[in-house]
Amino acid sequence: MTIPSDPKQVKAICFANIHVPDMRKLEVARAHGAYEFLPTVLNEFDSSRIIDEVKTAGIRGRGGAGFPTGLKWSFVPRSTGKPTYLMCNADEGEPGTFKDRDIMRFDPHLLIEGMIMAGFALDVHDAYIYIRGEFLHEANILNEAIAEAYAANLLGENILGTGFSMHLTVHRGAGAYICGEETALIESVEGKPGRPRFKPPFPAVEGFYRCPTVVNNVETLSTIPAILKHGGDWHAQIGQPNNTGMKIFSVSGQVNKPGNYEVPLGTPLKTLIEDYCGGLQHGSVPKAIIPGGSSSPWLMAEHYEIPLTFDELAKAGSMLGSGAIIVMDETADVVAVARRLAHFYAHESCGQCTPCREGTGWLERIMMRVEAGQGRPDDIQVLSDAATHMAGRTICALADGAAAPILSLLKHFPEEVRARLVESAA
Amino acid sequence: MSASEQPQFSEARKAEIASLVSRYPGARSALLPVLHMAQEDFGYLSMDVQKLVAETLGVRLMAVREVVTFYTMFREQPCGKYLMEVCTNASCMLNGANELVAHMCDRLGIRVGETTPDGMFTVTEVECAGACGGAPVVQVNNVYHEKATPESMDALIEKARAEGGAA
Repeated sequence: MTIPSDPKQVKAICFANIHVPDMRKLEVARAHGAYEFLPTVLNEFDSSRIIDEVKTAGIRGRGGAGFPTGLKWSFVPRSTGKPTYLMCNADEGEPGTFKDRDIMRFDPHLLIEGMIMAGFALDVHDAYIYIRGEFLHEANILNEAIAEAYAANLLGENILGTGFSMHLTVHRGAGAYICGEETALIESVEGKPGRPRFKPPFPAVEGFYRCPTVVNNVETLSTIPAILKHGGDWHAQIGQPNNTGMKIFSVSGQVNKPGNYEVPLGTPLKTLIEDYCGGLQHGSVPKAIIPGGSSSPWLMAEHYEIPLTFDELAKAGSMLGSGAIIVMDETADVVAVARRLAHFYAHESCGQCTPCREGTGWLERIMMRVEAGQGRPDDIQVLSDAATHMAGRTICALADGAAAPILSLLKHFPEEVRARLVESAA
Repeated sequence: MSASEQPQFSEARKAEIASLVSRYPGARSALLPVLHMAQEDFGYLSMDVQKLVAETLGVRLMAVREVVTFYTMFREQPCGKYLMEVCTNASCMLNGANELVAHMCDRLGIRVGETTPDGMFTVTEVECAGACGGAPVVQVNNVYHEKATPESMDALIEKARAEGGAA
């Protein structure tokens, strides 16, 4: 246990300078330490040392899957003769997630510096930030920051005279949740509809234009400068074993102070809700909590004190995901929430796998009549069968995400569903 | 439409597109960004505009059609001068988004997805806008309005009307 009794004592990493006015401007960012350590990395570190530090740091991907970042980097084959590409995943589409937006709009140079360091480690010369199309304001801020970085020779050819060259381009998506899935993201940057690819081959081996490609989340890449500056060991001491570091939790729904809070992994859920988010809007016990974005199975009041780590949430049958916590208090209509999420997944299914394309539609149509109090006697069984048979039978995890809220509803609130069925409709 | 009315990119746009294309291993990669530019320039992506994009990037029209119809932000029909997109996903719904949409539609005398007869306002429901801490969220012409209320939307509609101007 390495969390101080007051988690607020632990210094933020990604949000360290988020409240500094005009932090988006290079001059201000530099006055607060941006790019300070970059020359040391470019001149004195080599690829294997950087990857080792990131492995030692133990950081797991902050976008949803929680895969160890250093390990992902080590999968990139070297000397294939092909270029290696770096993609920053800033699609931020998982309902409940809104953390990367704050990094990009308030401290874009942190992300850029992280990408330069990652690019250097992986011998990347062309890097991209795939940002969801709706974030036009944030894309503009990034472009201004990138232009300033180019002008200061922090990007482009022969960066700071070190011989390392890297170009960085902001690429806007256009409203498709599935493009947050890394192979769909790659398809999208190739100018195609975002349909996930079969894996393997994984992108690290065969990604963008069939070349080795690393896709990392905004928060993950923004943590790299601190890891390299302070060392992997330093980072590994924050949080919990196998769940190291700080994590930004996006808390929304029925809490008094929704927002982004960066806390050490392992902080209890209840502490986050009560001490940071000002508690629930109504009552003192949550009715249900979605802990890791809309695709994660729901937690109940009995889990209110769970330490927020990848492993603890997996043990509880859910997942930490992107750290997006949606809170439902005693007034929430859980059937309506599940119906709304069913609509989301039906709308966002890319349509290439039959179980997902058909299944998400089934779930939505049935949930619509259940919400309206017109459910049929066997609807609970049909919902359960459809959700169970979709999950794990498709190319990507969207079907699993669609099944999670429905199965959670049926498991924890069967009486609320039953109350909306028409008795003996036959 | 006669040949002289075919949509064309400005010279500045053409230069911007050429520079963009050079940043990717293949020209097709610039498709989404160029469609965003085209939508900004022409208001929506008519078939003629889609043909222009296909020619500009040297890709098949079908490749453009496939992308335009896949991504929600691309519009094949014109919309109101003020496109009001209300997020009604879970966090926004738990903070009154459904009531907000109903109020806006009521006030404008339209249903979700429709445009007012004067071409001023379109109201749509959209999926999670990625700003759930400010729920409910309404995007008006790509500008985020967080913690939106019936009153704040009324004020926005009144201000837009006062500034006048048809679409």
